[in-house]
Amino acid sequence: MAAVTPDQLHGHHHGPTGLMRWITTTNHKDIGTMYLVFALIMFFAGGVMALTIRAELFQPGLQVVQPEFFNQLTTMHGLVMVFGAIMPAFVGFANWQIPLMIGASDMAFARMNNWSFWLLPPAALLLVGSFLVPGGATAAGWTLYAPLSVQMGMGMDMAIFAVHIMGASSIMGAINIVVTILNMRAPGMTMMKMPLFVWTWLITAYLLIAVMPVLAGAVTMILTDRHFGTAFFNAAGGGDPVLFQHVFWFFGHPEVYIMILPAFGIVSQIIPTFARKPLFGYASMVYATASIAILSFVVWAHHMFTTGMPAATQLFFMYATMLIAVPTGVKVFNWVATMWKGSMTFETPMLFAVGFIFVFTMGGFTGLICAIAPIDIQVQDTYYVVAHFHYVLVAGSLFALFAGTYYWLPKWTGHMPSEKIGKWHFWCSIVFFNLAFFPMHFLGLAGMPRRIPDYGLQFADFNAIATIGAFGFGFSQLLFVLAIVKCARGGERAAARSWEAAEGLEWTVPSPAPHHTFEEAPLVR
Amino acid sequence: MSVRARLAVFVLTFLGASAASAGEVNLQVPVTEIAEQIYDMHTLMLLICLLIFVAVFGVMFWSVYAHRKSRGAIAANFHENTTVEIVWTIVPVLILLGMAYPATRTVIAMKDTSDPDITIKATGYQWKWGYDYLKGEGEGIRFVSALSTPQDQIDGRADKGEHYLLEVDNPVVVPVGKKIRVLLTANDVIHAWWVPAFGVKQDAIPGFIRDTWFRADKVGVFRGNCAELCGKDHGFMPIEVHVVTEEEYSAWVAEQHARVAATAEDPARQWTLQELAARGQEVFAANCAACHQADGKGMPPAFPPLDGAAIVLGPKGEQITTVLNGRPGTAMAAFGKQLSDTDLAAVITYTRNAWGNSTGEMIAPSEIGAARAAN
Ligand SMILES: [Cu+2]
Repeated sequence: MAAVTPDQLHGHHHGPTGLMRWITTTNHKDIGTMYLVFALIMFFAGGVMALTIRAELFQPGLQVVQPEFFNQLTTMHGLVMVFGAIMPAFVGFANWQIPLMIGASDMAFARMNNWSFWLLPPAALLLVGSFLVPGGATAAGWTLYAPLSVQMGMGMDMAIFAVHIMGASSIMGAINIVVTILNMRAPGMTMMKMPLFVWTWLITAYLLIAVMPVLAGAVTMILTDRHFGTAFFNAAGGGDPVLFQHVFWFFGHPEVYIMILPAFGIVSQIIPTFARKPLFGYASMVYATASIAILSFVVWAHHMFTTGMPAATQLFFMYATMLIAVPTGVKVFNWVATMWKGSMTFETPMLFAVGFIFVFTMGGFTGLICAIAPIDIQVQDTYYVVAHFHYVLVAGSLFALFAGTYYWLPKWTGHMPSEKIGKWHFWCSIVFFNLAFFPMHFLGLAGMPRRIPDYGLQFADFNAIATIGAFGFGFSQLLFVLAIVKCARGGERAAARSWEAAEGLEWTVPSPAPHHTFEEAPLVR
Repeated sequence: MSVRARLAVFVLTFLGASAASAGEVNLQVPVTEIAEQIYDMHTLMLLICLLIFVAVFGVMFWSVYAHRKSRGAIAANFHENTTVEIVWTIVPVLILLGMAYPATRTVIAMKDTSDPDITIKATGYQWKWGYDYLKGEGEGIRFVSALSTPQDQIDGRADKGEHYLLEVDNPVVVPVGKKIRVLLTANDVIHAWWVPAFGVKQDAIPGFIRDTWFRADKVGVFRGNCAELCGKDHGFMPIEVHVVTEEEYSAWVAEQHARVAATAEDPARQWTLQELAARGQEVFAANCAACHQADGKGMPPAFPPLDGAAIVLGPKGEQITTVLNGRPGTAMAAFGKQLSDTDLAAVITYTRNAWGNSTGEMIAPSEIGAARAAN
């Protein structure tokens, strides 16, 4: 099945070296590393766009960029962060960790694994390169709403192809993950013994397989409306612009959980380790994850309360959305109960995990407030929503990615990450994050729309604060790079079980994990 | 408020002072019943969330403080408790039911657009609003409402006024205490008509009509924005509503009707090229310059230049058709429904004789009428 032959029993790498090694590799660890590096590069690309946006918004008036380019930046910031940074980063974690955590020798389809990674760089080039074509990048918002997206220049077509390619990559990655988890677990590892990270990724992979084709369909309809005379989204031809929103958000809402469920998984690995106590409510965690995934398919129109749906439809989507608070609450309670009466230490991974619970929950609460249709109608498309989804995506997904990186870096590099840099990174990140995004709640409530390059004078002070916070947050991320580079190059040697109370198969192999692991499946009791 | 004072408010609110004064850190002061309900619902939600937040994180931070290894804490080994797990599933469901009840009432009230006193149609254009008073007192009034903040203020060449970016040339005027139904549609892309103080936000969707309503309880000037990304000048198409007493409203209606009568055009009027081009320059500044620019150079490639353009220098029929019907799939809007024959003739005449263009040709209003008829 995997491209690992039995004669490669020792832990070294064989085969091509240099660049060819990375292009031809079918090793899950190499591919995981490539995903993570790719995601980090895209994270900084998207970050530069975000800081340009914040620079323009520092003061009222137009100073840094013009409105067209501003709209391109907001659009591309969203696309790059979602499809280029957060999603590939989680796939990188899956590649590195799932085989190690279930005792498999590699991913099920090793060559497809290589292909799904190598689809990403060309897609990223298409996406980022679209800034350079006549008319610039697409400026229709990351949601690509028709008919605005039909008006765009060729940058839009490039974004559509990039989304197609990234979607294909995600689907292949997801199939690989599902097959690996279902077929390649070590003997004795029943489904209900799988680490929670594996569980969350299994469910996420199903979500990906279900909704990425829907997104591909939506953008293809835009493409044919643009160039081939169809009128899916044009009333004059019998279409309906709102159809696009239904199709997009049928993808878009599960997508939100695609970006957060693996984060829940990472945090559920870290909290027990540093609380030195087993995860509270393992089974209910699994059921909560599954319920969130199932509910995610019936809440999409809560993004569309202002399109003018009938009251009954609004009520259905409002109730369904509110229900999501229940399993999400269960998760938060379980984490807190895990910490309760533990014996806690606060190394960097734990700091980020606790920071995650604290700040993510604020995003959860604003999510609940947004679920209430009448309130949502007030705050929809305002900075309140911008604050809400950055609380769940930055303080949620991204902080969990940071936590996971610090947690598993010893396994990846063989060195302990610097606690000093890690702690600085954490405290700077959480302070500047809140400085950047907390004031946005006030801006949105007071009436500042999102996606505008300039604003009324009553919004000036909070925008200035948000910009200062954003720059602080952006530059704090250089500490993250520093921590990774230092850890990769040296430092205190990591033991196989790098953290005192870490449980799981990945801590039974040496650090750094040899090129080939678990060629003989371990036995799980 | 100074920056320092705002920082103080910011910190206070951060620490849980949810009752901060309305307006700048909270929803705008409501002036309709619906907005009032939304405001109260939001306050209630905020309080409930805050309570849960304090309870959950009280426990967590106590644990972080007390159950740490450095304080000699020994880890317990429990990892499930069915009773607790059932309780913290059921209790949130009950809380949610309590939240859903008032929300449901408001949703149903917001949707009740029956029996309006006045019906106004608002049409979103890239990047301005058109208003038609369809029914009730003021029927027949129609105007276009665009941003009135001077470009110099935006570019920082002049001091910004009090209502920077939230002011228009022709505000919507409505009487206080009357139910106003707003029909919404758009001409090009999706826009959204939003007045926060009314609790009203409704997308304007091209090719479809949606409706919403409000009944303002107070006289005053209320401002909002387009709330759906609609292209380049999305941030520059505000909404300004003047709520006035009934007498003032009647006076305004009379004034509007009188103005229409005074400026009614004599269809038989003979225009000279200079007259028509001068009028065309005004029409161009109001409708075309945002994209094609005052100097006719455009912003290629999204917004092509008109100075020296083939379409402007070529046969006039083609240009008339383009201006009337727009160009599908581009930002070029169909102006046939927005502008009168005279305005269209004027602006086309202007473009054919402005900047480096000197065709010397004049398009008569009757030619526009003929082109409309031929369509
Ligand atoms: Cu608009």
